[in-house]
Amino acid sequence: MTALANLAAALAGGDVEVIDLTHTLDPDFPVIVLPPEFGQCARFRMEEISAYDHRGPGWKWHNISMSEHTGTHFDAPCHWVSGRDLPQSAVDEIPVDRFVGPVVVIDCSAQSAQDPDFLMTPAHIEAWETEHDRIPEDAWVLMRSDWSKKSGAAYLNMADDGPHSPGPSPEAIRFLIEERNILGFGTETVGTDAGQGMHLSPPYPAHFLLHGAGKYGLQCLCGLDRLPPTGAILMAAPLKIRNGTGSPLRVLALVEKDSA
Amino acid sequence: MTDPLQPPVKKNPQKRTVSPTRPPESRSRAALGLTAAAAEGRFALQCCAECGAVQYPPRDACCACLSVALDWRDVSPKGQLIAETRIRATTSLYFRDRLPWRTGTVQLDVGPSVICHVHGECEKGARVELWNRLDRAGQGVLIAVPEERTPNMQDDPQLRAMTSDPKHRRVLITDGRAPNAPALTKALLAAGAASVFLGEGETWRPYPERTALEALGVEFLPLDVTDTSSVNRMASEYGGKVDILINNARFLRPGGVLARGDTGFARDEIEVNYLGLMRLAQAFGPAMCGRTGDGVNSAVAWVNILAATSLSNSPEMGCFSASQAAARALSQSLRGEFRTSGLRVMNVYVGPTEDDWHQPLPPPKVAPGALARDVVSGLRNGLEDVYCGDVAKDMSLKFARDPKVLERELTMGGET
Repeated sequence: MTALANLAAALAGGDVEVIDLTHTLDPDFPVIVLPPEFGQCARFRMEEISAYDHRGPGWKWHNISMSEHTGTHFDAPCHWVSGRDLPQSAVDEIPVDRFVGPVVVIDCSAQSAQDPDFLMTPAHIEAWETEHDRIPEDAWVLMRSDWSKKSGAAYLNMADDGPHSPGPSPEAIRFLIEERNILGFGTETVGTDAGQGMHLSPPYPAHFLLHGAGKYGLQCLCGLDRLPPTGAILMAAPLKIRNGTGSPLRVLALVEKDSA
Repeated sequence: MTDPLQPPVKKNPQKRTVSPTRPPESRSRAALGLTAAAAEGRFALQCCAECGAVQYPPRDACCACLSVALDWRDVSPKGQLIAETRIRATTSLYFRDRLPWRTGTVQLDVGPSVICHVHGECEKGARVELWNRLDRAGQGVLIAVPEERTPNMQDDPQLRAMTSDPKHRRVLITDGRAPNAPALTKALLAAGAASVFLGEGETWRPYPERTALEALGVEFLPLDVTDTSSVNRMASEYGGKVDILINNARFLRPGGVLARGDTGFARDEIEVNYLGLMRLAQAFGPAMCGRTGDGVNSAVAWVNILAATSLSNSPEMGCFSASQAAARALSQSLRGEFRTSGLRVMNVYVGPTEDDWHQPLPPPKVAPGALARDVVSGLRNGLEDVYCGDVAKDMSLKFARDPKVLERELTMGGET
């Protein structure tokens, strides 16, 4: 049997499961909040065109609108100023083989439950590698925080001094880029950076460093607790938007049964 | 003295809701001057520019000298009630439900004698004041009231039928996050509103005023005027319980067309300020229009809070003001669409307000408390147009005098 025939058989037989890592696009799902004098991320909105009625008797459809960075979404390198001049930095230019690849999950849920400002460091990554294996090249690295289980005000966790949610330290991101040459980095929070990421150096280190190195970002993921630490395949293909800096998308993972 | 109005008893669910009816609407064009003054709560009569005669009822020519130079001028509303009667039978559907109805004749100090509605506290022969109010057909009518204010005079059934008094009514304020929400809530509760519902969008984003609002005992309803599904859901659940809707949702950023260079904020301004109003009207309008005859807490008014620059634009807030002008234009359509039900659209025009986005502007600015006061008094007087604060009042006068002069004043290029 060929590899794909084996996969088809495994999917049909249930030995390989398809896991959805995507939040529902909902008008009330939180988006990143910036100072109000800056341009803002559009929320998801849906307007009925017709619903089997006088506007179209036999069909129902909607017009939808949102930002490239609303809901579960992909960040392309040109999203950040550090990646603006890189080749293949927009979603329509990225080679499609980059959208399917191995994924490792670093579980920081215990630390995140203790400290909403938890920062994942290289030491945490190395400890994870001691237990599992070295992170392979060109892999997606997802930081599990179980933050996707929060909803409402607890998700953004906004206070007078800004949002509080876990994320990577600048050193961790540098380590993943320079020492492990990852494909991209993903989180369950509203951005790839910690809620207080603007106060780190460089500000928003995940955005600045990842995109400056041509790496990708995924955020607002959910269901990471259903993924095994290693061995799953991630499928994250953004919409093909000309010069798009990102895109909402359906993120799926292929997981071998009982491996999580 | 008028008996204080009692809170409504719970509705009998087996009884049909009373259908809206209204008093006669037809007027001559000349008579609409009275309506225009009533919309702002002014008492004005035709005054002949040539011979100075004051006349009523309105005509196309002066009853003394036949001149057609007839200006509407604010005149003294004082006079004497020289005759009064109670109407006990009528073919008018509107008045049949409200009998007996008191009418009389007032001899005005400025000359004319006037047949008018009469407040229950006016004795025959007493000194009275004439109030020019909009009736449920949206036309200016005159009602004689006692010269001295009395505690419950607003509760007189004939006067209440002409106003949008919040007493015993349920009010929806569409944006609880707006800086004016606490002041509006307090003022409405102080005016006797039965309850205040506060719309609240994006509950995932906290805001400091919420604690103060919670202490006032309001009910928060998830509502975001940019989200059609949320507006429709809330109207489905609460549309039949909203007697007064105050749309204070507003998106504002400074800047004219060239200062911005894109349409991003303009889109938000249109989404909130114009389409938000449209969504609210499409969702809540039908239910409110169906309940304008529903007793003590009938649906009575739709309030839009608009920038005074919706009358004439200036580039400091050019794009925002354009969205306000769109909302103002839409409110005029709504007036026509609500007219058959008697639901009143009250526009409150405000100058620069005391908030973050007007922080770099010099005073005078409208404080939330002043706005709330004008909203409540506008409702109690049944107005259609309220100009809140010195800037808005000044703009309305200039707009009425010569819109082009106002436009030119607001669009100076500055000396180079």
